[in-house]
Amino acid sequence: MKKTLVLLFLSVLFLGAKAQSDLPNVTLKNLDGETVNITELNNDGKPFVMTFWATWCAPCIKEHNALSEIYQDWQDETGVKIFAVTIDDSRSTPRIRPFVEGKGWEFDVLLDVNKDLARAMNVSNPPHTFLFDGNGKMVYQHTGYFEGAEEELYQEILNISK
Amino acid sequence: MKRFLLLSILVLSVTGLFAQFDNSQINGSFQIDGQYYMVDDGIGITEEYMLEKGVPQFGINGFGKINYSLGNFSAGLRYEAYLPPMSGYDKRLEGCGIANYFASYDNGTIGITLGDIYDQFGNGFIFRTYEEWSLGFDNSLRGMRAIYRPAQGVTLKALYGKQRYYWAPYGSSETRGIVRGFDGEWDINQSFEAMNNSKFRAMLGGSFVSKYQDNSDTKYFLPKNVGAFAGRVNLGYGRFAFTTEYAYKINDPSAFNNYIYKEGQALLSSLSYSQKGFGVILQVKRVDNMSFKSDYTKGENDLDINFIPPINYTHTHSLPAIYSYATQPLGEMAAQLQVNYTIPKNTIIGGKYGTKITLDFSQVNDIQRDYIYNDVDGGINGTKGYTSNFFAVGDDIFYRDFNIEVERRLNKKWKVIAQYINLLYDMEAIEDHADAPEVNANIAFVDVSYRITNKQSIRLELQHLWDDINANTANMEEVNAHPDNFKKRGNWAAALIEYSIGSKWFVSVGDKYNYSNPLPENRDHYYSATVGFIKESTRITLTGGRQSEGMVCVGGVCRVVPASSGFSLSITTSF
Repeated sequence: MKKTLVLLFLSVLFLGAKAQSDLPNVTLKNLDGETVNITELNNDGKPFVMTFWATWCAPCIKEHNALSEIYQDWQDETGVKIFAVTIDDSRSTPRIRPFVEGKGWEFDVLLDVNKDLARAMNVSNPPHTFLFDGNGKMVYQHTGYFEGAEEELYQEILNISK
Repeated sequence: MKRFLLLSILVLSVTGLFAQFDNSQINGSFQIDGQYYMVDDGIGITEEYMLEKGVPQFGINGFGKINYSLGNFSAGLRYEAYLPPMSGYDKRLEGCGIANYFASYDNGTIGITLGDIYDQFGNGFIFRTYEEWSLGFDNSLRGMRAIYRPAQGVTLKALYGKQRYYWAPYGSSETRGIVRGFDGEWDINQSFEAMNNSKFRAMLGGSFVSKYQDNSDTKYFLPKNVGAFAGRVNLGYGRFAFTTEYAYKINDPSAFNNYIYKEGQALLSSLSYSQKGFGVILQVKRVDNMSFKSDYTKGENDLDINFIPPINYTHTHSLPAIYSYATQPLGEMAAQLQVNYTIPKNTIIGGKYGTKITLDFSQVNDIQRDYIYNDVDGGINGTKGYTSNFFAVGDDIFYRDFNIEVERRLNKKWKVIAQYINLLYDMEAIEDHADAPEVNANIAFVDVSYRITNKQSIRLELQHLWDDINANTANMEEVNAHPDNFKKRGNWAAALIEYSIGSKWFVSVGDKYNYSNPLPENRDHYYSATVGFIKESTRITLTGGRQSEGMVCVGGVCRVVPASSGFSLSITTSF
């Protein structure tokens, strides 16, 4: 009975709501330990990419190495910015900075130690990549990584950069 | 609790009805993993084996979840169904229903969550609730959490509740304990404007957790309240960072620690240096009697309140993963050193694209112990257990791993990753196999990717594991006496080829071959083929073939998967 009631309320709630792809109200930390509210993420009106990765995820490392090789070109051409969100748990938190710097990655790294953002954005398995337009609306997402997949992402970025 | 939740959802819906709906959002996700198991005499999967291991004909694990948010409010629920659970998942998961729900309000200063809570204090030494689908693990806390941020850089948290235990009800008749916790964190750089851009960074934190369990153990007088404390400091100066956390738990006799009345302690410290293209970190850890559960009678990973972070390299390739380390909460002394270095691009050694090198060494030993035995039955139960010098390292090595990995793009089309691993694995301690000899193995791994066109790529993975105990070196008397200890021993070779089209379709075929197992009947091929389709957030994979017996580990928490043969289908999507 109680469950039915809960479901009933929820359905009333959902009737009026429409599925939208915005940024959830979650607070994470960056590599300097500063708190960052995800709703405030932006790139001055230009598109931005949010990737979910982990140090134990081999395809994630490949994806980010590939992105790192072309990041400068992408930035010069479209002004796109990449936020790399790691879902590594607490054991890896101190390890992230030397890892990221050692790999030469120049992304804005965010630590989702408690998987709050991953849960809110329904990320089940990394790598999971989202593309947001200049207004913070999600326009494209993709899971998994295969050699060359970054080219498809770039096509999507070009499509919304015009 | 339920009344609270209903009330909050009511408030939410009313607010929702009268507020602008344009601001509200719904999203959710869905995953279903199903497997069909077949008899396969070739790898010893007989009907008897399936009966003995409880392998069902079909296993299905699925979940669906929905999140709703409107401004500062959010709510969600998660439905799970295990009908029955797939082989290797705990049988107690069998069933279906709404496993989790929550409603939450957070305006940046005050945050309240009712329902199932996932959170952690510091490293998780005394508190961490999380959910790991691939392990079938969920120790969420059903109750209430309040977060208060009185000033910039200061966060205070309080929470209490009862942990999830498979499908057991949360009512008062349930004997598992109540967990209560406080945590405070102060980021000095965020508190003082003058420190905002300082090279010096500092953060202080502290937490307290207590569990209350009413017990009427017939043999032991047990504490009903068990308290645990932890303090942490993170310091940074320029490119250097130092973090440390220490935790202390009062005596907490339990089935897991053989009912010893000893306090628990844990320490984890890290020192790192990073600059562009180079990063190094050294970590050391000591864990002593730190199993912390909300029911003192439980074993394995059941009702864990805390989490002991492992500090060894996480291997994901299939051969090194045969010997994955599982955390030993009763005692560990560990150290890890990791170096990440990128040889700059456009140099002779670095090549056009640069070359990435990772070097990692880690070792985990037991702690040193001087045992105290009781007068009645000669065991350590009922005593303080043992004394242990905080800085002494035990002689027994549980795990040691040295590995070096090189990744290099040769040109636009070719990319190569190569890794060499040397590992030592104490099977007796980690897998609880009495008298099992330790494993000394060398592993080589090569991964070559080739971009055929912009849309198509092919990847080849080759691995080989050299074991010091194999068909030529094994002591057959010992092998025949304990055949179970040698099931996966001996050399292995593995190969996998994967072809992908436009990152939407992929096909892979692979084989793993234990060709020099001491026992001829274990020299088996484990071949499998996978077809997958990925579009946006939807992923569908179909796999057919054999799976070897092994451990699946995430964060040092492991589950044992029996060998199987058959087909599996996995569908994941989100909206």
